[in-house]
Amino acid sequence: MGNIMALAQKELRAYFVSPIAYVVLGLFAVLFGVFYVASLNLMVQLSMGQFGAGGPQVVNINEFMIRPLFGNTSVVLLFMLPMLTMRSYAEEKRSGTMELLLTSPLTDLQIVMGKFLGAMALYALMLSLTLIHIGVLFWYGEPEWAPLLSGYLGLLLMGGSFISIGLAISSMTKNQIVAGVATFAVLLLFWVINWIGDASGTTTQAVLAYLSILEHFDDFSKGVIDTTHLTYYGSFITLGLFLTAKSMDSERWNG
Amino acid sequence: MVEVQHVTKRYGSLTAVDDISFRVERGEILGFLGPNGAGKTTTMRILTGYLPATEGLARVAGFDVFEQSVEAKRRTGYLPETPPLYPEMTVIEYLRFVARINGVPASDRQTQIGLAMERTNVADMADRYCGTLSKGYRQRVGLAQAILHNPEVLILDEPTAGLDPRQIIETRKLIAELAGDHTIILSTHILPEVSQTCQRVIIINRGRVVAVDTPGNLTARLQGSQTLYLQVDTQGADPISSLEGVAGVVSVTVAAQQDGVAGYHVESGSGDDVRREVSRTIVANGWGLLELRPQQMSLEDVFLHLTTEDEAAGGSEAAEDATLDGPDEDAGETATEERTDG
Repeated sequence: MGNIMALAQKELRAYFVSPIAYVVLGLFAVLFGVFYVASLNLMVQLSMGQFGAGGPQVVNINEFMIRPLFGNTSVVLLFMLPMLTMRSYAEEKRSGTMELLLTSPLTDLQIVMGKFLGAMALYALMLSLTLIHIGVLFWYGEPEWAPLLSGYLGLLLMGGSFISIGLAISSMTKNQIVAGVATFAVLLLFWVINWIGDASGTTTQAVLAYLSILEHFDDFSKGVIDTTHLTYYGSFITLGLFLTAKSMDSERWNG
Repeated sequence: MVEVQHVTKRYGSLTAVDDISFRVERGEILGFLGPNGAGKTTTMRILTGYLPATEGLARVAGFDVFEQSVEAKRRTGYLPETPPLYPEMTVIEYLRFVARINGVPASDRQTQIGLAMERTNVADMADRYCGTLSKGYRQRVGLAQAILHNPEVLILDEPTAGLDPRQIIETRKLIAELAGDHTIILSTHILPEVSQTCQRVIIINRGRVVAVDTPGNLTARLQGSQTLYLQVDTQGADPISSLEGVAGVVSVTVAAQQDGVAGYHVESGSGDDVRREVSRTIVANGWGLLELRPQQMSLEDVFLHLTTEDEAAGGSEAAEDATLDGPDEDAGETATEERTDG
């Protein structure tokens, strides 16, 4: 465990000594801010409209603001998380430090876990920036806790899936750009995979919808923690990490 | 301590290492000698568990490097050809990281790091970023990294590459010091290094072991015959037949030729001192004897001899390309370089 943490810390540090962490954190904050203001405006308009119509004056913040906001965030993540993982293996292979890790008394799985936790730590830091915005909502309104927590859990799990796939792809190539672009393409594919389901039969549609990575997030932002979704993200992350470890092993055999 | 049995490594159709076997005893320094591309690095990578062997078995400190790789790796310190440094870490941070992934207990970490830095002379660079270090310091931080967890076996891939002469001497001294309680395997293509630091040498070429012996024995082995180098002004005549007529001379070959002045290698059986007869013959023929000296077989010659013997053709002509100044070390080095490029 100690050596996994050593690796995770090293990974996290590497993000901060390169501009990556600052660019990702900064731009994420800007984008999240824009979406935040947009959803806030939308909600304000909505509640004004309802006020005029004499309906209920209080619009549910969770339903009309936080949920669409989290939905937008997941799209931002689709673009940004590949940038966290693209250098993960590519850089170590290029600089020869992979040789250090692979000749240290570490198992492949420990190396993968270290890298995963390092990237997750930076991702968690990204998400923690949004707590400020959400905190402001508590100041002026009364959002519910539960859907917020489940929403964050969903974001963490979804981001974890993105990161694990990104690591797997990074471990397969020496080239950072290839790793980044391929990760983005694969994630996008998992996002839109249910779009082609509409014209196919119901079974196909159900399967494709199940595979879609964003489909599973919606319930979390509604405040529902469904085991189907937990299983989905859990298996997705496991599969990604397993593939990474396997690809490290295969790289070893192919020299 | 280290045991390699019939190890073969193939990349597709290319055989990088072909059925290599050897043993290294505790406390011994073994030199791995061979031209670039001979399979030195591949063998070392197999020993460190970085690459799996296609066939064969390798054990480090009693642990199979493939089946019990974590145990074997715990007991191995490895300096790869390019020191594996993280440019964004300072030297001390880097060594702390290496100590942690090698499982050095927290209580010992500070002392172990201090000792490694002191031994490799990098303490004054502790707070510098690895990315800004000079080649020599990189190499030494790499060495510090390898000895940090006090491993039983040290595997050093060209440890003196890129160092200046003073640092080379220091590094050799350090290696000699470490040899007491560590078993060391080091590779190099610099020949004097082997005779100075190693107790035993393995010469490998094209993936095969060509010779295993002490540096002394290796040179002695090839001194079954003696060679004289002659430089003669023959005024156009051909002295070969008359030289071959001298009792004890086995063969005469032209080493260099220029404007009627020629250099010859005269080989004679061991124990026969043919110098008197040879000089008498030359003088009797009225030629000018410009130079006559016995040729010492250096480790370089042994190396060339063994590696060219292996290749059957080519290489042996290299000496003949030498100028009249004689086939001294320069010729040897040129020949080595020619082969190492391949």
